[in-house]
Amino acid sequence: MNKRIILSLGSALMSLVSGGANAEYALNLRAPATEIAGQIYDLHMIILWVCAIIFVLVFSFMFYSIFKHRQSVGHEAAQFHENHVVEIVWTIIPAVILIAMAFPATKTIFAMKDTSAADMSVKITGMQWKWQYDYLDQGVQFISTLSTPEDQIHNKAEKGENYLLEVDNPMVVPINKKVRLLITAKDVIHAWWIPEFGVKQDAIPGFIKEAWIKVDKPGVYRGQCAELCGQAHGYMPIVVEAVEEEKYNIWVASQKEAAALANAGADREWTKDELIAGGKVVYEKNCAVCHQANGAGMPPAFPAISGSKIALGAIFGPDGKYLPDSHIDRLLNGKGVMPSWKAILNDVEIASVITYTRQALGNSAVVDSIVQPAQIKASR
Amino acid sequence: MSTAVLAHDDEHHGHSQPTGIMRWIASTNHKDIGTMYLWFSLTMFMFAGAMAMGIRAELFQPGLQFIEPLQFNRLTTLHGLIMIFGAIMPAFVGFANWQVPLMIGAPDMAFPRLNNMSFWLLIPAAILLIASIFVPGGAVAGGWTMYPPLSIQGGMSVDMSILALHIMGVSSIVGSINIITTIFNMRAPGMTLMKMPMFVWTWLITAYLLIAAMPVLAGALTMLITDRHFGTSFFNAAGGGDPVLFQHVFWFFGHPEVYIMILPAFGIISTIIPTFSRKPLFGYASMVYATAAIAILSFVVWAHHMFTTGMPVAGQLFFMYSTMLIAVPTGVKVFNWVATMWRGSMTFETPMLFSIAVVFLFTLGGLSGLVLSILPVDIQLQDTYYVVAHFHYVLFSGSAMAIMGGVYYWLPKWTGHMYDEKLGKLHFWMTTIAFNITFFPMHFTGLAGMPRRIPDYALQFAEFNKISSLGAFALGLSQLLFIYVVVKCIHGGAKAGASPWEGAHGLEWTVASPAPFHTFETPPIVK
Repeated sequence: MNKRIILSLGSALMSLVSGGANAEYALNLRAPATEIAGQIYDLHMIILWVCAIIFVLVFSFMFYSIFKHRQSVGHEAAQFHENHVVEIVWTIIPAVILIAMAFPATKTIFAMKDTSAADMSVKITGMQWKWQYDYLDQGVQFISTLSTPEDQIHNKAEKGENYLLEVDNPMVVPINKKVRLLITAKDVIHAWWIPEFGVKQDAIPGFIKEAWIKVDKPGVYRGQCAELCGQAHGYMPIVVEAVEEEKYNIWVASQKEAAALANAGADREWTKDELIAGGKVVYEKNCAVCHQANGAGMPPAFPAISGSKIALGAIFGPDGKYLPDSHIDRLLNGKGVMPSWKAILNDVEIASVITYTRQALGNSAVVDSIVQPAQIKASR
Repeated sequence: MSTAVLAHDDEHHGHSQPTGIMRWIASTNHKDIGTMYLWFSLTMFMFAGAMAMGIRAELFQPGLQFIEPLQFNRLTTLHGLIMIFGAIMPAFVGFANWQVPLMIGAPDMAFPRLNNMSFWLLIPAAILLIASIFVPGGAVAGGWTMYPPLSIQGGMSVDMSILALHIMGVSSIVGSINIITTIFNMRAPGMTLMKMPMFVWTWLITAYLLIAAMPVLAGALTMLITDRHFGTSFFNAAGGGDPVLFQHVFWFFGHPEVYIMILPAFGIISTIIPTFSRKPLFGYASMVYATAAIAILSFVVWAHHMFTTGMPVAGQLFFMYSTMLIAVPTGVKVFNWVATMWRGSMTFETPMLFSIAVVFLFTLGGLSGLVLSILPVDIQLQDTYYVVAHFHYVLFSGSAMAIMGGVYYWLPKWTGHMYDEKLGKLHFWMTTIAFNITFFPMHFTGLAGMPRRIPDYALQFAEFNKISSLGAFALGLSQLLFIYVVVKCIHGGAKAGASPWEGAHGLEWTVASPAPFHTFETPPIVK
C-alpha cells in the first residue's frame, strides 16, 4: 500500500517536472518523442535514483558524525585507522552497481547505432550559422535559418514564445517512419540536436556521420546547435515538424514546386526595384550577421560593404566572364572565412543581393550597376 | 644534498641572502617561490572571476544587453584558460613548493634554480594571454578546448595563446621533475614512502601525470599552429586529415589534466580532516592505491568528452566502461574521509568547514559525472549546462575550495599569525551558499536543453539563469572578503605558535611560525 503511494506520487512528480517546451523551472529531461529518447529518459531516472540513494546514505553518516562525534559535546576520538573488511565491501558494492548499470546502457548504445532498414534519408549540413536540409530521394533542398527578428534579440521588441527556437524553413518528417540522418558540415564543427528525439550528432566538415530517428507523435520539436561554431553558435536552431505521412507528401510536393519557381527566376528580366527589394531580405538573413545591417562590417575580420572596391568595381571583363576577385567571384566561390554561396543561394537570391549591396548601404555603383539572375546562372 | 654542502651553507648563512626586488626575481627559496605562485594564482583567479561576472551579467536575462556574441565567446574562453592554467594549477604548485620540503624534512627543492625558472616562465605566458585581448581580432574565442576548424579561423590571438600554453607547459614539466626528484631523494631518514604525508603522495602522482600529459598538449597545439601557418592538414579533411584527431590528442591530455587539478586537492583534504578530527587518516594504504588507480585509469577514459563525434560502437562501449570504473577508487576516497571523521573528536575551524564542504560538494560533482558517463544520457547532456554544472562542482567546490581551505590551514605557518576566524567562517558560508545558488540550477537548465557557450537563450531557461547570475554576483563579491582576510593575516593577528592546530601532525608543525627562511638544514630523524 505504502509502496504504491510512493510510486504514484513519484511518477506524478516526474510528469509534473518534465513539462512541455515552455515549462520554466523544468527539472528533468524533456518528454521523449522517440523510442530511443524514452530509453535515455529511463536510463537517466535509474542512475539518478542510484546516485541519490548513495549520496543520502553516505552523507547521513557524515552529518551524524558531525553532530555526535564533536569535541564540543565531549566525544573522545577513537584511534582506529583501517578495517580491511569494510574497505573491501565498499569497493565491491559500487563496482557491482556500476556493472549492473552498464547492461541497459549497452543495449541502448547498440540501438542508437543501428541505422539499417531506414525508410528515407535526409542529409543535414551545418554551416556558419544555419542548417541545410537535403532530401536525397526527393530532390528537395533548402536552408533553415533563425527567424527571430533582430529587434527581439536587442530588446527593442517583446520576445515571442519560441524566441531563438524558430526558423524560416523547418525540417519536415513523417511520423512512424525510420529516417536516417546523414550529418556533415561545411566549415567548422557544429552539432545537430533535438532533445525530444534523443539524437545529438557532431557535424564534422569532410565527414558524414549517421544517426536515425523514428518519431512517435506529431508535433513541432525544437533543438539547437550543440558545438561552439563561432559567434552565432546560439543563433542556429533546429526545428523539426513531424506530421502524418499524407501531410508529409503534400509538403514534399510543395517544396518541389517552390524550387522549380525559384530556378525559373533566371528565365526573365528583373527590374532594379525587384532586385533591390529581394536583395535586402537576402542580405539581412545571410550577410548582416558578419557585414552588419548597415554594411559597416567588423574590420579586419569582416570587411565593410559600404564603399568597398568589390561592391563598386567592375564585375565582368571584356570577354563577358566575371573577373577574379569580383563581386560575383566572391559570392559564388567565397574566400577565406567568406563562404561560397553557390550551393546555398539560388540565381535570383545571388543576383538580388549583389544588386542590393551595389545600390544600397551607401553604395551607388555605376559600373555593372545591377546583375540579372540569368547572368548568375551563366556564371556557375 | 650532502652534509658537506649543508655545513658549507651553515657557515655562510645570512650573508648572501638578497633583499629588495632581487630577493624575488632571483629566488631559489621554496618558500618565497611558493609565495609568488600563490599571489600569481590569486591575481589570475580574480581576473578570470571578473570574466565570469561579465558572462553572468549577460546571461541574467534573455536577449543581448551588454556583450556582443563574439565578445561573449572571448570571455568564456579566457575564463576557462585563465582559471585552469593561471589560477588552479599555479595554486597547487605554490602549495607543493611551500609544503613538500617542509613535510618531508628537506631544506629545499632538489633543483632550486629550476624552481625559480618554473615560476618566472608563468609571467611571460600570462602577459601573452592577456595581451591577446588587445590585438586585432581580439582574444581567443573558440572555447578553452580550441577545437579546429574553428580555431584555424581565429586571428593572431590564437597563436599568442598557443605560445602562452607552450610556455606554461614547460613550467609544469620542469616543475614536476623537480617535485619527483625532491620526493624520491630528499626525504628525511626514516620517512619511507608509506610514511609520507598524503599531500606528498598526491603531488608525487600528480607530477607524473603532468610529465605524461603536458607534452601531449604541446603536440596538439603545435599541430594547430602548423595547420594554421605551415600548410599541414592534420585537422583538415580536404588535405587527408580529420578535425576529430585534435579532439583525441587534446583530450588525451585533457582528461589527466582534470585529475592533475583534483589530486592535490584530495591531498589537502586528507591533511585537514585528520587534524580536525583528531584521528589518523582512515585507510592510508588504500588512499595511496586509490590515488594511483585514479591516475592510471585517467589515461584510458579521454573519449568520454567525444561521445557525440560518431565513434564506432566498440569505442563507445570501452570508454563508457572505463569512465564508469573510475568512480570506484574515487568513491573509496570519499568513504575513507567520512570514516576518518567517524568517531573522531571534531572541531569546525575554517579549514575544516572548507574540507567538509569539499567532500560533500565534490561528491555531488562526481555523481553528476557518473550520470554523464552513461553514454546514451551523455548524448542528451553533452555541451549543455549540465556539463557546466558538473565541472564547476568538481573544480570550484573540489579544487578551488580545497585551495581556500589549505590557505586557511597553513596561513599561520606561512605568516606567523592566526587569521581572523570569524571572517574566515563568514567567507566560507558566503562562498558555499553563493556557489550552490549559482551552479545547482545549471543541472536543471542542462536537462531542460540549454546548450553551453551561448550568450542568449530561449525563454524557458530564463528563471534558472536569473538565479544563477544572482548567485554568481554574490560568489564573486565573497572572494573580496577572502583577499581581505589573507592580507589582514599577513599584516598581523594573534601570534601563531609552531603548531596552532591541536590535532595536526607532520614535520611542518615542528618548525617555528612563520617558518624560518631556511628550515631542516639538518634533516630530522623520522621514527
